[in-house]
Amino acid sequence: MVGIGKMGLSHHAIVNSHPHVKIAAACDTTAYLTDVLGKYTGLKCYSDLDRMLSEEALDAVVISTPSRLHASMVEKALQRGLHVFCEKPFVLDVADGERLIALADSKGLVTQVGYHYRFVGAFREAARVVASGALGRVHHVRAEAYGPVVLRPKGGTWRSAKNEGGGALYDYACHAIDLVNFIAGAPKSVGGVALRQTFSRDVEDEVYCSMYFGNGATGQLAVNWSDESFRKMSTKVTVWGTNGRVSADRQECQTYLREAHPELPDTPTGWSVRYTTDLTQEVWYYLRGEEYSAQIDYFVTSCEQRRTDGVNTFRSALQADRVVEQILAEEHSGVRTVQAPVPLAARQGLWARLFGRA
Amino acid sequence: MDRVLFGDNQFFGVNHMSEEKARAQSMRFQGLQAIIDVLDAAYQEGIRTFMCTTHDRVGEICGYFRAHRDKYPDYRFYPCMPYAHKYANAVTEHGMVDALRRFLPDDGALGAMLKGGVALANKDVRGIMQLLIDAEMKMFHGLSTPVIFVQNVITDLLLGLGMKEALKIFADHVRDKYQAEPGFITMNTPMLLDVLDELKIDNPIVCSNINKIGFRMCGGIDLYEKTIATRRFRPVAMSVLASGAISPREAIEYVCGQPQIESIVFGASSRTNIRQTKALIDELSAR
Repeated sequence: MVGIGKMGLSHHAIVNSHPHVKIAAACDTTAYLTDVLGKYTGLKCYSDLDRMLSEEALDAVVISTPSRLHASMVEKALQRGLHVFCEKPFVLDVADGERLIALADSKGLVTQVGYHYRFVGAFREAARVVASGALGRVHHVRAEAYGPVVLRPKGGTWRSAKNEGGGALYDYACHAIDLVNFIAGAPKSVGGVALRQTFSRDVEDEVYCSMYFGNGATGQLAVNWSDESFRKMSTKVTVWGTNGRVSADRQECQTYLREAHPELPDTPTGWSVRYTTDLTQEVWYYLRGEEYSAQIDYFVTSCEQRRTDGVNTFRSALQADRVVEQILAEEHSGVRTVQAPVPLAARQGLWARLFGRA
Repeated sequence: MDRVLFGDNQFFGVNHMSEEKARAQSMRFQGLQAIIDVLDAAYQEGIRTFMCTTHDRVGEICGYFRAHRDKYPDYRFYPCMPYAHKYANAVTEHGMVDALRRFLPDDGALGAMLKGGVALANKDVRGIMQLLIDAEMKMFHGLSTPVIFVQNVITDLLLGLGMKEALKIFADHVRDKYQAEPGFITMNTPMLLDVLDELKIDNPIVCSNINKIGFRMCGGIDLYEKTIATRRFRPVAMSVLASGAISPREAIEYVCGQPQIESIVFGASSRTNIRQTKALIDELSAR
């Protein structure tokens, strides 16, 4: 396990409870966390990735470090012939991604990125409805993601530093973009980009843009992680076609068909709603959501079967990074001009952080 | 424990089946009075236990019950800690160690502050946990809290990580400092019971999803039924209606038909629903 932050800890618990996996070691630069885990669970811990990779006999790694570090760490793991599960976004530079895909392919290694929404029943249902053609000619897609992540100007972690891969575009919008790719296909180009700062100093809090698809369809992306009215991240995708529309969030999938369609025999004319209670498959261990366990189980199975063309491969995830790059190329608000990096809390010593001012 | 416990999801915009419904409820219960009215209605129907998270707003509810002790002389709370989003948002904003520091007491009790800093520095999980529990329990001072639960996100995280001792630390502190019975909320009952056995936590109170469609019952419904029938623990059933996926009579008939289940927790937002559900539980429990 590489990185034991918020996501790393969650992945750790899930991987640790998987009957087919043994965690050999974990690595994090914050010795504090690895020490606690080592002390209370007997986990072998490293603070240096190179050392861990050279000393441990591993089959795979799970990388949950700040986004800026993904590319180099993935490369090191692939070079040693390890299968890799990497948190999203995959990479911050598409060129890195292409290189890593070639490397993984050359060694026949399994790759997967943490776009867990592809394992959520309601979104899978939406993808199924669209893929069936029951909506007729798809002409518009809307993807939205809202949440209460940044509600204050102050920010002292990597998520508030743009050169670390922080900001609503890399951290939030990527999920929505990958969902669009999953449910309706990847857009060819983007336009009308607005990256706005609401509270953050150095990164954007809101992302808005139009999307243009190869088949002539249009799309809109709206992402805002400074909305307190949402208790937690809320993601929604709607697809319009000439024969109806489908709308899905994490809990339910609502479909409206003007006329029933032979490719969707279980869906009548008019409204039908399917809920998470209906659409979710059971997992062996639950933490925060079935999708987190399901994606790990999928990765483990892929490693066992050497399945290199499954769900959320690097190749699939890179499509989201391409859209992000297009958005950055198009935006006009000048948020991402180069500035001196924001000093991070991690750079203070432990005592300063424990006894220093809030 | 009473047979029927009242839950708090509907008050805080939590609905596991529908985000739309969750938002509507969030709007409905924005003010304290709306919540009190529903709790009062439940009390009139004979439900005197409120099983609630340690959401900041619960502090206001506690204030009301402290001020109206004469009206609710036998009322009890079962706190369920921690309210995860409070911590998750803080971790996102500040990183793990700094988030932890922010939640430790800073109200001038030098002893606690020192203990917190020292505990953090020594990676003393026992010390840190005790302080966090005390911080979460502050809002309930002066109120009856005979059972104190640890929320499923934490229970299951500790379970998955293998930090078993932390579960014992929780149980010990709840008993020692609050003379309360520790309870564990989980989505992984069979897995948890194995660990609690190992820790020699005998006959534990375990609250988990128990419903006819096996929704969020990890290990499967058959294993759950076998576990409930054969293992030594005090089951509390939640998500009995599977967030609305099962009709009330069918749902409650299933749960009441299981052996050993001591209590059922449910939430509702109208007097009619409360009365109907309680009546069904009473009727189907008597059989």
